[in-house]
Amino acid sequence: MIRFLQIFFFSLVLSISLGAQGHNHNHQGDGHNHDHSGHNHDHGAHDGHNHGSHDGHHHGEKSHSAHGGDHSHAPTCGGDHHGEFDPGETAFHHIADANVYSIGPLQIPLPCILYAPKKGWDVFMSNKFKFKTIGHGDGSKAYNGYVLDGGSIRRVKDAGFPEGEPVINGFIHHDKKSYVCVGNKMYETEAKSTADGGLFGGGITSFYDFSITKNVASMILVVLFLSWLFLGMAKQYKIREGMAPKGKQSFMETMFVFIQDEVAIPFLGNKYMKFLPFLMALFFFILGLNLFGQVPFFGGSNVTGNLGVTMVLGILAFIVTNMNGNKHYWEHILWMPGAPAWVKTILTPVEVLGIFIKPLTLMLRLFANMTAGHMVVIIFVSLIFIFGELGENLVGGYGTAVASTLLTLFMMSIELLVAFIQAFAFTILTASYIGAAVEEHDDHH
Amino acid sequence: MTGSVVAIGMGIAVIGAGLGIGTIGAKAMDAIARQPEAVGDIRSNMILMAALVEGAALIAIVMCFLVK
Repeated sequence: MIRFLQIFFFSLVLSISLGAQGHNHNHQGDGHNHDHSGHNHDHGAHDGHNHGSHDGHHHGEKSHSAHGGDHSHAPTCGGDHHGEFDPGETAFHHIADANVYSIGPLQIPLPCILYAPKKGWDVFMSNKFKFKTIGHGDGSKAYNGYVLDGGSIRRVKDAGFPEGEPVINGFIHHDKKSYVCVGNKMYETEAKSTADGGLFGGGITSFYDFSITKNVASMILVVLFLSWLFLGMAKQYKIREGMAPKGKQSFMETMFVFIQDEVAIPFLGNKYMKFLPFLMALFFFILGLNLFGQVPFFGGSNVTGNLGVTMVLGILAFIVTNMNGNKHYWEHILWMPGAPAWVKTILTPVEVLGIFIKPLTLMLRLFANMTAGHMVVIIFVSLIFIFGELGENLVGGYGTAVASTLLTLFMMSIELLVAFIQAFAFTILTASYIGAAVEEHDDHH
Repeated sequence: MTGSVVAIGMGIAVIGAGLGIGTIGAKAMDAIARQPEAVGDIRSNMILMAALVEGAALIAIVMCFLVK
């Protein structure tokens, strides 16, 4: 039921954000029709780099007041950039990767390794962007055509962007596009390339980011911690041979034995020793990162809620399963024994598809569960700002803050449970896939 | 408009997964009540089954994103 609730909340949150965007879009459509004349006057300088569709989104001050009481957000440089609060965008921003490491409001620079085709490599620390140590990670200077927008590096594609390190006046986010202001001009920026084909990002863009990002830094921290924990434990087992376990040894042994007895042995039988290291590495790596992602104000990293990380874990499970598949495993996939020939023609494609769907669901399950949990927490916090109307309604703000804190606490305790369940589910499913691949069939046919 | 269609699609996918996981949970509770000594086996099998049902719903939700 927790799963169900989470998926429910996830879809709810997404539908809210999608619905909100749909609403904005229609609204801007109106603006486009009746104030196009004001546009040229106010933003003549901007006409140089037309992006077709977004022309209509800039309406001048005159038309802005014509909209009456609603807080329509006209993206202009130098104006007031505080638009409507969009919980969906806030949530996506907070679960995204970043090029600064944040501990509370403190922003720590990280190394950046960027590659743009035709331009070459750029290696530097992210404090080149001169962002404030206490703030949101917005860079005050551009560097080599890159800007730091809300902690993430983006690239300005426009050839007219000034060379060197121009001072940035601000960032504008509007209708799924991001802009940077230098002087009075707006330049559109684009995110790093992602391999998800535009599903949760932009697909292939004009640059690639190989940086030690927030997620990579968290991953390194967790791996170092796990190495310290397990190497220390291994040493203790040698020293204290035959004695009762002590300290961290006795704490970790319960978890280790649980995975061995509940996951490895039932699914893998007498071959379990061969796959135990892989299963343990999977379980403790996922568990460590899940729990690290729950720590408030420290990093705020969402490593297991990153599609790239879960994809690599899924690919590892795929490789281990299929490299160890025996004759029976492949026979059951490619030419199911005992089935009539016409059934085989249907069964074989389905089974072949199944090989790929198994790691795909592993990847999506972990990603969706962790992302959904983090998003629900952010949305509960966002409720304060929705009801408080960004500080205009104090009663609504303070009233919701109490309820929202309780809901967040409740959600985070469920998240703690989910961190364990998802690490366990990933391991048990991998074990069952490997078990099916290495199983001996002596008893039948 | 496409946003609302996606939301409806995801909602339908979630109804299916909710029914499936609900049944798994109910039956597992039943089984644990009948045979409390087998609670460990039942729990891990319950999570395994719930994860498989959830996988179908997740694929449906991702399809909703892809099709829009």
